Amino acid sequence: MRRRSLLILSSLAPLGPAFAADDDFDGDPFQSGVWIDMRRQVLGGAKVVYDPRVVVEGPAFAEDPLNVPVSVRVDPAVGAVERISVLVDRNPIRRVPDYEPLAALPVIGFRFKLEQASPVRAAVLTKVGRWHVGGTWIDSAGGGCTVSGATRADGSWSQTLGQVSGRVFDRGAQGTRVRLRVMHPMDTGLVNGVPAFYVNRLSVLDGTGRELARVQSFEPVSENPVFSFDFPQPPEGGVRLVGTDNNGNRIAGRVP
Amino acid sequence: MKLGSPFAWLALLVLCVATVAAVAAGADPKTLDYRLAARALAPGVWVVEGTNADFSPANGCNIINTGFVATGAGVVVVNTGPSRRYGEQLRALIAKTTAEPVVQVLHLNLHPDHFLGNQAFADVPRRATAETRAGIAREAAAYETNLFRLCGDWMKGTETLPPNEDLAPGRFTVGAREFELLAFDGHTASDLVLVDRTSGVVFAGGLVFAQRVPTTPHADVARWLASLERLQALPLGTVVPSHGPVHRGNEGAAATRRYLQWLDRQFADWASGGWDMAEVLKGPVPAEFRAWAAFDTEYLRNVAHLYPRYERSALPAAR
Repeated sequence: MRRRSLLILSSLAPLGPAFAADDDFDGDPFQSGVWIDMRRQVLGGAKVVYDPRVVVEGPAFAEDPLNVPVSVRVDPAVGAVERISVLVDRNPIRRVPDYEPLAALPVIGFRFKLEQASPVRAAVLTKVGRWHVGGTWIDSAGGGCTVSGATRADGSWSQTLGQVSGRVFDRGAQGTRVRLRVMHPMDTGLVNGVPAFYVNRLSVLDGTGRELARVQSFEPVSENPVFSFDFPQPPEGGVRLVGTDNNGNRIAGRVP
Repeated sequence: MKLGSPFAWLALLVLCVATVAAVAAGADPKTLDYRLAARALAPGVWVVEGTNADFSPANGCNIINTGFVATGAGVVVVNTGPSRRYGEQLRALIAKTTAEPVVQVLHLNLHPDHFLGNQAFADVPRRATAETRAGIAREAAAYETNLFRLCGDWMKGTETLPPNEDLAPGRFTVGAREFELLAFDGHTASDLVLVDRTSGVVFAGGLVFAQRVPTTPHADVARWLASLERLQALPLGTVVPSHGPVHRGNEGAAATRRYLQWLDRQFADWASGGWDMAEVLKGPVPAEFRAWAAFDTEYLRNVAHLYPRYERSALPAAR
């Protein structure tokens, strides 16, 4: 029964966004049992459309499971985007960041920790209230979430905590890119004796103080995280980053 | 099967071709036989060539070139392979090839397929630089875990038997042969090149990759390039790279240099253009390098190991 439904589903795929089919996995192309629960917990049980226009790109396998690069790009034809949630089915902590583009393009790049081979998904909530989900499979030897990062292991984290680096790049037709790095150990709390300690909020502001992009970040984002944001025009008056970690430490920096 | 029918003849022909191809292709996963072969590069100097590919159970994870030299006073072995089984089969191959006993083992760098065959050489000095010995002590456990996962049953019974003697660069004599050990770095913190002064054969170790994308987990690109420049200034006869075909002269070193120079310039370029790592993974790579063995896996690894350094340089501190 399930196999036949999948055949129907795959034959529909070239026609555009996939439709939720009546099978055990409700059309999930990764057929992940865990995702059924995640949809309930994170997406409030809402219906989702598995949409190839939500492009999630990453490596075929995680050479360094502590630093797995991923980029999410949403085709403008999907519509105005309210929020992008990046979710990893087989991580012990499944939410990676939640990203609200605000004045930015619905595009984000960052690195995260992968515990084992898993689907990596972007669930995109449009302003009209529909969920569009894309994803990719990343293979891994394992252990990304349950090992300490380098600066926690060598103790140097306290010397660099909260330091911000960044730059604004003019990419011509591709718009303006802002890349920002925050020094932070991003401890998951899953290493014996080390409590969770991670950046939980970041806002990108322009020179006038207007909030351009907002990230709610979670434990699986990599140590000393680097984020890439894209804007249609250069932010007015330069770029500032403000944020906090889960211990209440303030993060701030003005990008030169 | 009636041999009279054309179909049966065809089936027999296919079987024969397949068998020949299998023998030529190297390792046999069914019998865990690496089918090692010693090829003479000069009188008394043999290379044992690995498959130019990625680690996989199909090739027994034998992707390295090891070698051995008969000196008149015993055999010097260069690297012992990725597993106990390889070490044992290498030892048996040496015994079949020459009557001289093995008298010492040299490790050219700390990578796993240079030393995981050491259990078969427990009775002789196993020599490496102090730097390499420290690296092996640090990383052997992780190597074992990774290779057991990648290579499966080929690895059965493999446990690290570390080198037990320090090696210093310079000339040394064994029997009738004078060797020279040259110290370089860049591929790892300590890269040795062994020159057999009698034949001019150069065991270049991990400094040179031929027809294969270089591996970079311990790489310092600037130092590696400087080492290759120094190496190319020497008169090179037959060169045995750690991975890829044996060749003569500068060819392998020049190719490795070309790749590293491209990578260095291109990564710096992309970093100053604001490229995210996921984009670099999909970035355009010259056709020459794309054609090399293990491109897909190795390039991905190069990006993971090296791109963050270029990125860091391109992101100045905020105020």
